[in-house]
Amino acid sequence: MTETAQMPNVQLNLVGLSKNDYRGAPTTLCAGCGHNSISNQIIAAAYELNVVPEDMIKLSGIGCSSKSPAYFLNRSFGFNSLHGRMPSVATGAMFGDHRMRALAVSGDGDTTNIGMGQFKHIMRRNVPMVYIIENNGVYGLTKGQFSATAEKGLRLKYQGLNPFTPVDVVEEAMASGATFVARSFAGDANQVKSLIKAALSHNGLAVLDIISPCVTFNNEDDSRHSYGWGREHREPLHDFTFVPREEEIQLTDFPEGTTTTVTLHDGAKVVLKKIDRDYDPTSRSAAIHLLESARDEEVLLTGLIYVDPDQPSLTDVAELSAQRPLNRLTETDLRPDKSMIDIANAMMF
Amino acid sequence: MATPQVQETQQQGTGGKAVVNDFSMTVATKNGSGSQTSNLTLLRALFKMGIPVSGKNLFPSNIQGLPTWYTIRLSKKGYLARRAEHEIVVAMNEDTFVEDLASVAPGGAFYYGDHLKFEITRTDISVYSFPAKKFAKESDAPATLRDYVANMAYVGVLVYMLDIDMAKIREALEYHFDGKQKPIAINMGVIEAAYEWTKANLTKTDPFRVEAMDETKDFIMADGNTAGALGSIFGGLQFMAWYPITPASSVAEGVSHNIAKFRDKEGQEGKTYGIVQAEDELAAIGMAVGAGWSGLRAMTSTSGPGISLMTEFVGMAAYAEIPVVIWDVQRVGPSTGLPTRTSQGDIISTYLLGHGDTKHILLLPGSASECFEFGWKSFDIAERMQTPVFVMSDLDLGMNTWMTKPFEYPNTPMDRGKLLWEEDLEKIADWQRYKDVDGDGIPYRTAPGNKHPRSAWFARGTGHNDNAKYSERSDDWERNMARLKKKFETAIEYMPKPEVQGDGAKIGIISYGSTDAAILEARDYLAENGIASDYLRLRAVPFTSEVKSFIDAHERIYVVEMNRDGQMHMILRLEYPEHTMKMISLAKHDGMPLTAKWVQEAVELQEK
Repeated sequence: MTETAQMPNVQLNLVGLSKNDYRGAPTTLCAGCGHNSISNQIIAAAYELNVVPEDMIKLSGIGCSSKSPAYFLNRSFGFNSLHGRMPSVATGAMFGDHRMRALAVSGDGDTTNIGMGQFKHIMRRNVPMVYIIENNGVYGLTKGQFSATAEKGLRLKYQGLNPFTPVDVVEEAMASGATFVARSFAGDANQVKSLIKAALSHNGLAVLDIISPCVTFNNEDDSRHSYGWGREHREPLHDFTFVPREEEIQLTDFPEGTTTTVTLHDGAKVVLKKIDRDYDPTSRSAAIHLLESARDEEVLLTGLIYVDPDQPSLTDVAELSAQRPLNRLTETDLRPDKSMIDIANAMMF
Repeated sequence: MATPQVQETQQQGTGGKAVVNDFSMTVATKNGSGSQTSNLTLLRALFKMGIPVSGKNLFPSNIQGLPTWYTIRLSKKGYLARRAEHEIVVAMNEDTFVEDLASVAPGGAFYYGDHLKFEITRTDISVYSFPAKKFAKESDAPATLRDYVANMAYVGVLVYMLDIDMAKIREALEYHFDGKQKPIAINMGVIEAAYEWTKANLTKTDPFRVEAMDETKDFIMADGNTAGALGSIFGGLQFMAWYPITPASSVAEGVSHNIAKFRDKEGQEGKTYGIVQAEDELAAIGMAVGAGWSGLRAMTSTSGPGISLMTEFVGMAAYAEIPVVIWDVQRVGPSTGLPTRTSQGDIISTYLLGHGDTKHILLLPGSASECFEFGWKSFDIAERMQTPVFVMSDLDLGMNTWMTKPFEYPNTPMDRGKLLWEEDLEKIADWQRYKDVDGDGIPYRTAPGNKHPRSAWFARGTGHNDNAKYSERSDDWERNMARLKKKFETAIEYMPKPEVQGDGAKIGIISYGSTDAAILEARDYLAENGIASDYLRLRAVPFTSEVKSFIDAHERIYVVEMNRDGQMHMILRLEYPEHTMKMISLAKHDGMPLTAKWVQEAVELQEK
């Protein structure tokens, strides 16, 4: 029941939709905000993956980043929830029709300050969802306070010096047993898009920590969340190629011995071509070691840091029907037969 | 069975005559000693003898060691409220021995384990000691269970001394141990040994005993929390998230332990429900709201501290118009307060929970069977009204075992409210999420998974227009808030009506929840003293028209409740300011279930 674009000369994807069908309201964020480029890559990824917008839900908490679901996927159901509480809403929402794909957007304050508890628990439960943290180290809507990801020693205009150790979103994700963990940089549109596609193919909680500079409050070149720093210190872990399920991998494209291929839950593959480091993204200990050394080296390592495609998701554990989602069940399915009332009374004394 | 000989005594108040089926007995033990099985066995056996009984567990916030009391009231007249007095006390705890001895009503009976070495200073009561530990030691109970079955000794003693039917004791144990013969045999062994010892060694000098009646066959015994859980299952619960808290945990556990039995059908592919134990109450309500948004019958259960944590989400759910059911099994607050004592202290804060202008629907169950009824009905109301619905139970109603009417199968089909699917949207050209099409304030909604290209909407706690788009416009805000007010007024027609008793008296009593038993009894005593009263038991807020009619029709209204400030009294005065002067608050907040005597005296004080 998809509504096809009727305009001539508009390019359509395999489900007959144009890129416009994936857009949202015009953004109200600042010009140049990293979040806008991430929104654009969400639109592009969904369009290119031929996702029907009605098959997706989008969620967020509160903050600049959390406003952004209004700016993509207008035809998807959305929930702009409470500050730091998006994970719980998403957890419950996934029970409605668990066949849908979920994509959530949060910020560093929403996730690592007010929302740290729920962030940890949604990973523990492996809720099948893409969880994007648009990470800029600073509060935007309340005008420039430090978030918990701001680096020690960062100096901001009205806040002075940050004396506290930062939270590393990716290390937190590893510690909590997340089954898909990646880091990227809003300035690297292609990588962001490929990682979103891979994350959407993952059956479990996929954490994307995307450094997304705040051009208004935290974009000095020496700030760890600025465009300047990102461009200067970015080190892609690998050349990342996402291959959808329906496409064959042309192995000849990749010289032998230089690539690692991971098959995701829905049959899609990611092909990781070695750049400098030998790296196995299916090893937890390698991931943790890598993160520690990247910190020592002061580099912004980007790419797929860890993936375990085989863990059951929350909705697997819940043993829901593959055919009939919970929210299509009717009274016949949900209300016990009349005779069962005798059983209820007999259970009492 | 041998009937103990009642000896002629000159005891106060009884005139030497037997007192049958009309007294209270309290067992004093230590928490965690396994006395609950003994107490429930006595309670159930008496119930099966056809005698109206109620049992109340007065327990500390503790797992092991602190004093705990269980009080059973037998009432041939059918009174189920707690009495403050007890004629029989069984002392098993050295820490409270002295106060337990002092607490026996004059003319009463005091039983104690002979391992407790105390001087008996009272001469106005009958006193019996028995070898409390002997029978368990001599039984074939494994050493690890001996301390637990030891409490069956006082059951055996009381069976003989009160003339309780031993066959009913066995029936109670069969139920308790789900027919498992080994524990039944071990416990029965201790009871029978104690019985035989008592028969051979004790001479009864008090007048209290029991006699079979025929007053309980139309009832079951149930606690409100299990009843509410089962009602929710019959209501088609699809999602529950919860966080452990006394006294609400057994609502959620009642669901998770029983739902498969009622809802998993042979050959069915997949479950029809999801249950998550959340990391805290914020997450529990967040999950339930997420599930409600996605079109599920969603609920959570908690108590006052959890309600506090849920505040922000509840305000948002009311404003974004998301159905969800929240059980508040109230305990004494503020703060951690008295976590194992009962209260009706969350009424006003829950009614207005959230910042800005919020008002919520409160359902007020007055019995365990009404907990069952509101278990299913709350979902219908929440989905019809697209808003949070609170079921305001309390510790006494929720955790104690009550004689109650059997659960009745829902008498109305499920009401899913104004929920649109693809075929509905095909027929509607200009659906808007928050548009008041029907003039009742209730808009139409859709749920994720709906594949119609016009089905999606963006749920948000921020200001929005009819089309669920972000709006900071003053006119949008005012119009939406006015519609929500209208919706709350519409809710009145879906509220359970109050139960009204009596007709034509000058004074009226308004009460709600677990106070019911005390009010019913107190009205009899008041009538005996020449004060006729009518009684309205509230079953929901907002109030239906019957409430106003009742207030209109009486010269004075006593609002009886269990909190300090008279919270329902406040709401009634807000709703009916013209009647402020004639509504009098009678509020008690000692953490204990209300007694009829307190109600009677409080009214009489005013009426004199």
